Amino acid sequence: MTIDLLKNDAAATLKLAGRLDTMTAPELEATVNGLDDAVTDLVIDMTGIEYISSAGLRVLLGAQKKMSKVGSLKLTGVNDAVMEVFEITGFSDILTIEG
Amino acid sequence: MTKEQVFPATLEALPQVQAFFEESLEAVDCPMKLMIGISVVIEEIFVNIAHYAYPDSEGTAAVSFSYENDSRTATFAFRDSGIPFNPLAHEDPDVTLSAEERDIGGLGIFITKKTMDTVNYVYENGENCLTMTKVL
Repeated sequence: MTIDLLKNDAAATLKLAGRLDTMTAPELEATVNGLDDAVTDLVIDMTGIEYISSAGLRVLLGAQKKMSKVGSLKLTGVNDAVMEVFEITGFSDILTIEG
Repeated sequence: MTKEQVFPATLEALPQVQAFFEESLEAVDCPMKLMIGISVVIEEIFVNIAHYAYPDSEGTAAVSFSYENDSRTATFAFRDSGIPFNPLAHEDPDVTLSAEERDIGGLGIFITKKTMDTVNYVYENGENCLTMTKVL
């Protein structure tokens, strides 16, 4: 998985590509935890993510909890296979997902 | 068609285990979206074994794939000789809770049950045997 961070003061976008799985989820977790405290609006661009497992869900849930205290988290570019995992697990209701 | 292979029960073997099943599914023309869903399940099951089956030693997991043409039924099996553990004995997580209330446990098995048509666990001959089927 690759992670590109685009930052503009309080707004940040993490552009992901590859598989968000057991092997790669810790990288995303470290990136989210390492974000500047000034970041209040985080977008995770999932366009390049073809696959997510529960390890990835765990990190997204952690990001949601962290960002909801200070601002917001939004996911974009979620593909069908990933959306199906979100729907099965109820994550489609707790995450803000935009087209 | 039946294929079986033994892998070390370690996280490092996960890509090979997934490749084993993905190649098997490709050979029987499994639709791509379904293949991704099944790959997620394979990861959840194998990672559980890698994390918990052999706490104090190194062990292996035997995986097998079989396919029945007439019914288009794929069967996925995992066997390990680690500590007895029935993953299906866990209570399902409450998927209606808010982000603040949500716990992170049990999601992998929940995804497994929702994705597969059947999931069965038995402990026999000193082995954890998990068998799942899915009509492709």
